[in-house]
Amino acid sequence: MLIGFIIGIGFGFLLEAAGFTNTRKLAGVFYGYDFVVLKVFFSAAITAAIGLFLMNHYGFIDLNEIYYPKTFWIPTLIGGFIMAFGFIIGGFCPGTSICAAVTGKIDAMIFVLGAIIGIVGYAFTYEPLWEHLRGTGKMGKVDVAHWMGISDGTFILIMTIVAAITFFAITVIQKRVTAKRDYQL
Amino acid sequence: MIAAYYFSGEGLGASGAMKAVVIASVNDINHEYAAKAPYFAARVQNADKSPAKTWLVFEILGVIAGAILSAALYGRLKLGIGKAPTISNRTRLIAALIGGILFGVGSQLGRGCTSGMVMSGMGVLSLSGFIGLVAIFGGGYILAYFFRKLWI
Repeated sequence: MLIGFIIGIGFGFLLEAAGFTNTRKLAGVFYGYDFVVLKVFFSAAITAAIGLFLMNHYGFIDLNEIYYPKTFWIPTLIGGFIMAFGFIIGGFCPGTSICAAVTGKIDAMIFVLGAIIGIVGYAFTYEPLWEHLRGTGKMGKVDVAHWMGISDGTFILIMTIVAAITFFAITVIQKRVTAKRDYQL
Repeated sequence: MIAAYYFSGEGLGASGAMKAVVIASVNDINHEYAAKAPYFAARVQNADKSPAKTWLVFEILGVIAGAILSAALYGRLKLGIGKAPTISNRTRLIAALIGGILFGVGSQLGRGCTSGMVMSGMGVLSLSGFIGLVAIFGGGYILAYFFRKLWI
């Protein structure tokens, strides 16, 4: 529990220091004027993937023992789209909204309130509306690399290359867009 | 994040902590209901300890502390509304509320939010993380055009 708290401090500090409490910076990723979110997001995922892969390989950690999200592709896809709507309209995701709310952003406080209302609303309409949908498309614990028929290592390599190309491409896009319009963040 | 997996076997996540708070509150207010309704029952009955005392809640308390610390260090700790200059405060706050509600529902249905499901899921190469990635970012780019007035 204490470790959770300490890791949380690191996570919160990084989110704030990276400017993720600024809703316009977050939204920028979808409008081409700011791609920091995308870069940090992919860097974190790839670092974790490589780190966990190596630790698993050398026996420091057992990937079968840790939290591994089970795949239910239908609700994940639909839920993801609902969250995409939530993001484009609301301008935060839960993690960033908490950081922004505690550092004084009023819009983020309202967002957190909205998210809690949403969860309560979901909880009280769970049986008639969501229970069936949530369980559809069940695939169990699926590894994306095995699903594509390649090894974990190959997949991570491909993911890293794709990320590098993407980073390069978005740098080009960002230069063009900021040149066209000066955004006040 | 690697540390989170290494020490606890859990990923990071924010919507999970919000969920825990909601469950704990409902359980406190009406335990009878919480023990019977399907959404709450699985999370209340077999938990000896209060649902609030979970790893994610501690993690989020840490996140809060970390964010405040960072903002205080760099002098960013002040009240304000982040928004595009072209829209009013009222529009922004209404949009934030609607967005929050949608995220609340979506994160429950999709089994986690951006950090909990997608980022942590991608870290362990879970297929669900990548589906979530496509849905959230892909959906975001499709929808971005229609809601551009809110941002630019």
